[in-house]
Amino acid sequence: MSDDHIVTSFDEDMSRLEALFLEMGEMVAEQLKAATRALRKEDRVLAKQVVKGDRQLNKMEAELNDLAIKILALRQPFAGDLRKVVITLKSAGHLERIGDLTRNMAQRTNTITKAEADTGPIDTLIRMSEIVQDMIGSIMRAYRTGDTELATLVRALDQSVDTSHNALFREMLTYMMEDLRNISGCMHVMFMAKNIERMGDNVADIAKELIYMNTGDWPEGKRVKSDKTSKMILDPDNVET
Amino acid sequence: MTEEKTAQTDASTPIMTASGVDVFYGKKQAIKNVSLDIPENQITALIGPSGCGKSTFLRCFNRMNDTIDSCRVTGDIQFAGQDIYSSKVDVVALRSRIGMVFQKANPFPKSIFDNVAYGPRIHGLAETKDHLEDIVITSLRRAGLYDEVSDRLNEPGTSLSGGQQQRLCIARAIAVDPQIILMDEPCSALDPIATAIIENLMDSMKEKYTIVIVTHSMQQAARVSQQTAFFHLGELVESGATESIFTNPAQERTQNYISGRIG
Ligand SMILES: Nc1ncnc2c1ncn2[C@@H]1O[C@H](COP(=O)(O)OP(=O)(O)OP(=O)(O)O)[C@@H](O)[C@H]1O
Ligand SMILES: [Mg+2]
Repeated sequence: MSDDHIVTSFDEDMSRLEALFLEMGEMVAEQLKAATRALRKEDRVLAKQVVKGDRQLNKMEAELNDLAIKILALRQPFAGDLRKVVITLKSAGHLERIGDLTRNMAQRTNTITKAEADTGPIDTLIRMSEIVQDMIGSIMRAYRTGDTELATLVRALDQSVDTSHNALFREMLTYMMEDLRNISGCMHVMFMAKNIERMGDNVADIAKELIYMNTGDWPEGKRVKSDKTSKMILDPDNVET
Repeated sequence: MTEEKTAQTDASTPIMTASGVDVFYGKKQAIKNVSLDIPENQITALIGPSGCGKSTFLRCFNRMNDTIDSCRVTGDIQFAGQDIYSSKVDVVALRSRIGMVFQKANPFPKSIFDNVAYGPRIHGLAETKDHLEDIVITSLRRAGLYDEVSDRLNEPGTSLSGGQQQRLCIARAIAVDPQIILMDEPCSALDPIATAIIENLMDSMKEKYTIVIVTHSMQQAARVSQQTAFFHLGELVESGATESIFTNPAQERTQNYISGRIG
């Protein structure tokens, strides 16, 4: 929207809402980056920092919720403004959820590092995390600039997270079959991978919501989901490696 | 309409259809080539900044503009199979089919009963005294006022509160059994409770009547109407289902107005 609102404080409230959301996005991306680094470096101090940092994120979400409700109650926005407030509120919930999943990942890192458990290869997991970090960065840019095309692109990107998740699932099953002592570490990696896969879904949901926010229409057609792990069985007598 | 793009409309049979309506006050054009369908048994809200021509357009529907000397209306407004501006139309009869409620409640300086009985009397709608009483009571009930005034029907209409007076005017409009009721900012002088009562009343009235309302309150338009038409500088910028207009208007000018960016 080009024009300024007649009521200046309305514009101020809206800017504050946007800023809070962007801040949350930045923090979520940083948390995930740190959690991933902690895993790679087996850094328990960093992992604990990530767990603590999530509280700050929850606080920001609470503040954003209060502000959005205040705007709805006192300003009664319509049309594009209404969509912006409601979608920002909804998308902030997705960011908060990504934060929770990141915290869980850091807790698991702490557990396996402390136990010095063998996890097998985690390159695929790292790659999944990097894709999701990119997705978060892009979706926040799409929010800031109102870029519907970029949001559409991000929505499609989630497929590559699913594909990596499938590959990792197979890798981990194989690794666990090789040596029972690997199971504990591998299970944690599997759960971390599931966490990251869920983060990707949350970003894809934000992307869908941004498309609605910008255009007033929900994107047509179902997003292609490529997570096949729910259907995977490995036959121990017939493992392809 | 100059622009083709409109928000999504709820299809419903129009009871009234305006096509290519122009209105002039002397040389000054107040309404420019407006076409709009009024769907039956729905509430249509006319919104837009002050001076954009909402009241002028509303008055076209029952030829109230005829009472203004300098005012000239051209174009076509179809109601009940004919152009209401045709010379064959009996304007008094037309106004009994299409009633009007104004911004400021304007009860006659008569009793509550006589205020409502006035229309049926001059139109000769009641055969007996009992029948007239029936009409008055039914109208007061439909206007949601009867219970509050049943024991003082002979007191002056002006003794009522603002909200009650406005409902009295609605009862008066209903008494001649119209099909359409035009309302020009009927709640602008009322407090939120009295406003809510009238809005609730309108909602129940739409089963029997078609309502066209001019309102300055976006919230009111959003709450009560099914169709919204946005006017700006004498033009109809956009009309469509209220839900679409208030969540996803097609025109930038509509977007700007309803979100408080042009006054
Ligand atoms: N009786 C009249 N004689 C001359 N010009 C008039 C008359 N009534 C209205 N106008 C002009 O026609 C235009 C439209 O007026 P109208 O009253 O229809 O606007 P409106 O949208 O109802 O405004 P508001 O929201 O302030 O009631 C205005 O420019 C007004 O000055
Ligand atoms: Mg007016």
